[in-house]
Amino acid sequence: MALEDYKGVYIFAQQVDNKLDNIAFELLGKAKDLAKDLGGVEVAAVLLGSGVKGLADELGWYGADKVIVVDDPKLETYRTEPYAQALAGVINEFKPEIMLVGATAIGRDLGPTVSARVATGLTADCTSLDIGNFPLNGTPGDGNTKENQLLMTRPAFGGNTIATIACPDNRPQMATVRPGVMQKIEPDKNAKPEVVEFAANLEENNRYVEILEVVKEVSKTVDISEAKILVSGGRGVGSPENFKLLEDLADAIGGTVSCSRAVVDSGWKPKDMQVGQTGKTVRPNVYFAIGISGAIQHVAGMEESDVIIAINKDETAPIFEVADFGLVGDLNKIVPLLTDAIKAQVAG
Amino acid sequence: MKIVVCIKQVPDTAGGVQFNPDGTLNRAAMLSIMNPDDKAGLEAALRIKDADPDNVEVTAITMGLPKADDVLREAMAMGADKGILITDRVLGGADTWATSSTIAGGLRNIDYDLIITGRQAIDGDTAQVGPQIAEHLGLPVISYAEELKIEGDSVVVKRQYEDRYHMLKVKMPCLVTALAELNEPRYMTPGGIFDAYDEKEVTVWGRNDLKDLDDKDIGLAGSPTKIAKASDKVRKGAGETVNLDPKESVDYIMGKLLEKHII
Amino acid sequence: MDFTLDKKHEMARTLFKEFAETEVKPLAQEVDETEIFPRGTVDKMQKAGFLGIPIPKEYGGQGADPLTYVMCVEELSKVCGTTGVIVSAHTSLCCDPILTYGTEEQKQKYLVPLAKGDKLGAFALTEPGAGTDAQGAQTKAVEDGDEWVLNGTKCFITNGKEADVYIIFAVTDIVEGRRGPQKRFSAFIVEKDTPGFSFGTKEKKMGIRGSSTYELIFEDCRIPKENILGPRGKGFGIAMHTLDGGRIGIAAQALGIGEGALQCAIDFVKERKQFGRPISAFQNTQFQLADMATRMQAAQFMVYRAAQAKATQKTYSVEAAQAKLFAAEAAMAVTTKAVQLHGGYGYTREYDVERMMRDAKITEIYEGTSEVQRMVISGALLK
Repeated sequence: MALEDYKGVYIFAQQVDNKLDNIAFELLGKAKDLAKDLGGVEVAAVLLGSGVKGLADELGWYGADKVIVVDDPKLETYRTEPYAQALAGVINEFKPEIMLVGATAIGRDLGPTVSARVATGLTADCTSLDIGNFPLNGTPGDGNTKENQLLMTRPAFGGNTIATIACPDNRPQMATVRPGVMQKIEPDKNAKPEVVEFAANLEENNRYVEILEVVKEVSKTVDISEAKILVSGGRGVGSPENFKLLEDLADAIGGTVSCSRAVVDSGWKPKDMQVGQTGKTVRPNVYFAIGISGAIQHVAGMEESDVIIAINKDETAPIFEVADFGLVGDLNKIVPLLTDAIKAQVAG
Repeated sequence: MKIVVCIKQVPDTAGGVQFNPDGTLNRAAMLSIMNPDDKAGLEAALRIKDADPDNVEVTAITMGLPKADDVLREAMAMGADKGILITDRVLGGADTWATSSTIAGGLRNIDYDLIITGRQAIDGDTAQVGPQIAEHLGLPVISYAEELKIEGDSVVVKRQYEDRYHMLKVKMPCLVTALAELNEPRYMTPGGIFDAYDEKEVTVWGRNDLKDLDDKDIGLAGSPTKIAKASDKVRKGAGETVNLDPKESVDYIMGKLLEKHII
Repeated sequence: MDFTLDKKHEMARTLFKEFAETEVKPLAQEVDETEIFPRGTVDKMQKAGFLGIPIPKEYGGQGADPLTYVMCVEELSKVCGTTGVIVSAHTSLCCDPILTYGTEEQKQKYLVPLAKGDKLGAFALTEPGAGTDAQGAQTKAVEDGDEWVLNGTKCFITNGKEADVYIIFAVTDIVEGRRGPQKRFSAFIVEKDTPGFSFGTKEKKMGIRGSSTYELIFEDCRIPKENILGPRGKGFGIAMHTLDGGRIGIAAQALGIGEGALQCAIDFVKERKQFGRPISAFQNTQFQLADMATRMQAAQFMVYRAAQAKATQKTYSVEAAQAKLFAAEAAMAVTTKAVQLHGGYGYTREYDVERMMRDAKITEIYEGTSEVQRMVISGALLK
């Protein structure tokens, strides 16, 4: 079958406990852009689960023209094999040109399994997706250049390098996409997607795993990747007790406290508060980097923040190279004064 | 019981990144280390061996340049019994599809009950090679393991998700991808280092030693994904940095916060 | 002649460095400040096999060579002199004489657990009245049926009270020599908690403050007859031969302390600015660093050569004495210069070089002062 016969931009609509994950909407937002750039091809969401058909409309509100539903009790809780069978089945049947999956703990397991099963390439953890020529500087019609390719951009080497990757000779072009990067659209509650039920004929084999137990962990802290304002501390804060200064500032400005890897490694704060390559990627409106030197792995996780304010006593700290506003000085003096000033402003 | 651990030699991005004068990454100047998730996977295997040393054999396998011999010696210095190095010029430039196809070609040569890979390598961060090896070999896969134990002919794994975990059980043979959180890897021992070089062996396999592997699935040419462009990350330029006394600093930043309507 | 390390030793260096940076360095200041023996670190070193590096595997050791052992002490001492000497005293002064002079039974009973690190070792020669002059020793061992009865006091004993196994030297015989009566010593293996064996004062020291330095007291302490180490009356030779090995360990400790201080100085001068420039831009700083580095490089060659001599030669007194003399004096000079380059900061406990300078001093004193090393070296020259 010719590559041109693969049509449409498909996304994997991740749901857990029959609730759609935000990533599904983010992927739809991007899929709409890509579909437009491809001349108005179809945007479809692939919804796998048990008793999930009712979620299809919501996917329509966020941009899906079509929702392909595989509804099967075997898909009630995520397991690699039945989900891979279902998604590979959909791909083989509907032949999309692009298949986007969230780079979540589910998607980063399902994506590689399915891409290997349908024998195509997969680019992981993309932060930007575009349609363009491959090679990038090629001219259409030169016999070598392929048009309308998905160009997938992702960081590598701990955020030190960035690569743009294409999948010119295999279909679908598959990518997992980092959560929190793509923008979802304003939902249109009048939109009605076409709903297609697909029987994937799931077959229980040796690759099915047994689920002994599902344990939901109550999050102790606010999810830092959702916060609009982050007050983030590094080793320079000096001690776990001294994070009180940052908590006071966060309280005053309506923000959330986060931290660098050094702080987690020292056991001062839990891992779920860590920003950076090995922690969470955040893009709040305001990011305070306090006592954070700005190791490249940290910067990789926060540089998309709208406004970055750095406070550090070392004027050569690399954090100042990404900060919009840098204050060289003693955080123990500056932070309490700033907290007071903000409180006064809010009160006044 | 035979456990195979897939490990990768990676540049230590945490140990300070080096750049060439032209701004590209100077990989040669960066320390090579065993990928942290892989090391946790190896530790998990060694703990299984510690519990039953006479009946468990741990083999470390890697694909890479000849100098990846170092990382196999390190694995053996920690306690792995054997090392296998897959190296061949025709295998270079592989993406995750070609890499997983190649490693699967090597694994078809040997017996295994359990294959452990790291979740992801710190150079590529893709998390794809483990599940793809399982796919090529037709094995069940459990990714993101934060606990792992053997129960009879099965493994029981605590599989991490963002807001929950699943306790999963599957019969061997199977493949598990390990998180660095799985454990605190042991240090090599001095005696282990001597053994790794003086007593133990690294088997080297080239392209022709790999089983049931098609030429169209190896190396750069066999990689479906192609790099269109690679560059060191362009960062947004530095803004303003001021060095004032604390009071003036706060006045300055308050001005900016008000100007940007943040407060 | 080859001055490059092979892969094995390179990898061992990587291991020791990583362990030192991760496990030892974060505690170094606290260990110095509180003078508390770092038991947790010793337990970790036991797991990592650092407590029996040059001991053959059949006796519970790692089966590596003296060079590997020396590199271990060097890397540990780069970040913490205390930790370096714990390993050195245990390995060179307790494991080594049992390996060299012990009976098979003694090796099985004592060396195996020592080399595995299940037990810690110490060595006691010095007495209040007998340092460099061994003939001043008063501790006596008297044969009584199936036992030896020990009486006397040892002082300045490294790993004292923390160790489980002690090599004790005591006078067993007095013979008439050409210059009058001569004491004849014998060596004994004494276990902690033997009745009559107790600990006296703990020394408050200038440096290596986390290392446990105690007085040992023997009052009618009875030990089994088979615990004599080596032939009766040959204790002095055993002590001297053991110290030849010990000196290589201390030379490695001195080497590490000096190298550690050099690295601190390099890091500091790049950051510290005066007159608008980092002080590394001043030629005085550059020349000081050049001299320091050259001295440490020379020390390293001598220490490694002594380690190789121990592996390949029957006697290595001169190599060991030269290595210790040179490395100790280099460490003292280099740490002093490192403090100077730090200026006022270097005199404060905030900075590691202050501790390193205090730690370095002991290497010119224990296991034979620099003067004793000169005696050994010149004695061989004028023989």
